Amino acid sequence: MSQIFAKGLVCPLDKNNVDTDQIIPKQFLTSVSRDGFAEALFFDWRYQADGSANPEFILNEPQYQGASILLTRTNFGCGSSREHAPWAIQQYGFNVIIAESFADIFFNNSVNNGMLLISLSASNIEFLFNRCKQGSQQWQIDLANQEILLGNNAAVGFAMDQDVKQRLLSGLDFIGASETLSPQIGQYEAARKQATPWLG
Amino acid sequence: MNRTLYQKIYQSHVVGSLNGSTDLLFVDRHLIHEVTSPQAFSGLRLAGRKVRRPDLTFATMDHNTSTQVRSYDAAGETSRKQLEALAANCAESGIELLDLYHPDQGIVHVIGPELGLTQPGMVIVCGDSHTSTHGAFGAIAFGIGTSEVEHVLATQTLPQQVARTLKVEVTGQLSPFVTPKDVILAIIGKLGTAGGNGYVAEFCGEAIRGMTMEGRMTLCNMSIEMGAKAGLIAPDDTTFAYLKGKPHAPKAEHWDAAIAYWQSLYSDADAVFDTVVNIDGSQIRPQISWGTNPEQVIAVDQPVPAPESFKDLIKADAAKRALTYMGLEAGQKLTDIKVDVVFIGSCTNSRIEDLRAAAAVVGTQKVAAGVRALVVPGSGQVKRQAEAEGLADVFKAAGFEWREPGCSMCLGMNDDRVDAGQRCASTSNRNFEGRQGRGSRTHLVSPAMAAAAAIAGKFVDISQMSVAQGAQA
Repeated sequence: MSQIFAKGLVCPLDKNNVDTDQIIPKQFLTSVSRDGFAEALFFDWRYQADGSANPEFILNEPQYQGASILLTRTNFGCGSSREHAPWAIQQYGFNVIIAESFADIFFNNSVNNGMLLISLSASNIEFLFNRCKQGSQQWQIDLANQEILLGNNAAVGFAMDQDVKQRLLSGLDFIGASETLSPQIGQYEAARKQATPWLG
Repeated sequence: MNRTLYQKIYQSHVVGSLNGSTDLLFVDRHLIHEVTSPQAFSGLRLAGRKVRRPDLTFATMDHNTSTQVRSYDAAGETSRKQLEALAANCAESGIELLDLYHPDQGIVHVIGPELGLTQPGMVIVCGDSHTSTHGAFGAIAFGIGTSEVEHVLATQTLPQQVARTLKVEVTGQLSPFVTPKDVILAIIGKLGTAGGNGYVAEFCGEAIRGMTMEGRMTLCNMSIEMGAKAGLIAPDDTTFAYLKGKPHAPKAEHWDAAIAYWQSLYSDADAVFDTVVNIDGSQIRPQISWGTNPEQVIAVDQPVPAPESFKDLIKADAAKRALTYMGLEAGQKLTDIKVDVVFIGSCTNSRIEDLRAAAAVVGTQKVAAGVRALVVPGSGQVKRQAEAEGLADVFKAAGFEWREPGCSMCLGMNDDRVDAGQRCASTSNRNFEGRQGRGSRTHLVSPAMAAAAAIAGKFVDISQMSVAQGAQA
């Protein structure tokens, strides 16, 4: 059974250690809303100091308009815990990020927003970047079979945590899932009160 | 038997198994602040959920506040709305809030320990990556995103998987002038910004044992800068002495039982860590970052490295980009480089010992002409104590600005920013591009090194300064 989780144009962002301050700078964190962050994505790279678009930044290049799969390098999303980072990425239009590795908090935040983050070996990442150099790429992500379908029967498989996979496939509200253990939470609280009363 | 400290605390907090390898962990303390919580409360409201344990949830205002005026209005309209939202959310849910006008308000990772909210053996979370700070007490403490904040508010639990374990042993005694900040910068320099990804790091060894709680907090604070999920130090008599008498610490009737429990919190002698790193603490020299991530760090007497000196092509490329951004050239000595701004503050280095170390270096000297220097105490308590000890007078007489508590110029969410092209000696934790303001150039250093830079107007090798006697933090 194949199940296409996402498909679309690939944007190759050839950088390592992209931190959350680059993904969305501090001045956009004052909002009380979960929306409206698309314009803030990669702000200092996307826009010049005078506010005009930076023509040298890849997201501004005409051939990458409408991209929905982001390809990048190692340790993507390092730094702060701001969930505004995956919000900005998702609201811009990316629902899949392929990288050699991700920072832990960023990974969790992205999954909690239904995004798919795929980690691949350095050689596979290099292979995909080289493919992007050959021309515009339209890929499909088969989540059930854990494959990136590159077209013309070419594919790259990927490993992933099976609990994360189930969550993405089921689309289950993660608070709701935990609430099924409410009786156990109550029991834990009672036992905790007994054993360590100073904890409150 | 054969369990690490992390595994002991983790296992004692498992409420149940969710599926596969995911457990539901109970959260003992949930700290919240204005920036990463409003959307979580909105989410609760939308779903018709309530805060399950407001008594285990504590709030403060720190990221987005003015450090010049104690007013919701002082940092602009959107900031005011965010502060008001937190106040309203806390009032509605019955959550204790240390708002801008509370005498103990401060940076969330400074006030948690100060109030005794942070205790050994706990699981502590907060919507802030530097929650790792609280690991200094032997607690599993880590930063979470806003969706997870909402999850904890609703259930007082969080789905988790067991992390890998990393042991970082720092042997030997630290040299004079070498502080916990230098130790953690040296560790990050060795392991890299992603060296701790997927791990919980436990710090141990003679050099760690000799540190005060303030020093241990500085160390654990920056464990996130090597990507570690959390940093941990086993609690000991130093920990217990710090906690005794704190407002939220166990009261007299529970104290002995608490101590007995805390004394069981250590990694068993036969515990097996996934990775072990040994560092000779006696060889660490005062550190300074030269690049745009915290692994790009050198001892202050070393030259700025050349990109081609890195065997790893990724690191070489990163170094090249960093030198361009920082306006530096390979081979330069940072002690020849002028600074424009000095920032002493942040959840890394704004505690009383940090201010004492900085003030000891300042003495009766003046901030160099053309240098803008700020001291931002971590909390109301730190501020009052520094004023009582005369430290504030030392700073003010020297020409430092003496501010109200908050995160301030560490991330520049308020109006405390470094201008484009300006170079800042900063006691904070991140030297990312634009972190302190668009185009800002950040050099991470200890409080003593920052103070010395303010006086000299350029970076200084603190170990060569005669006035620095007793400046060790």
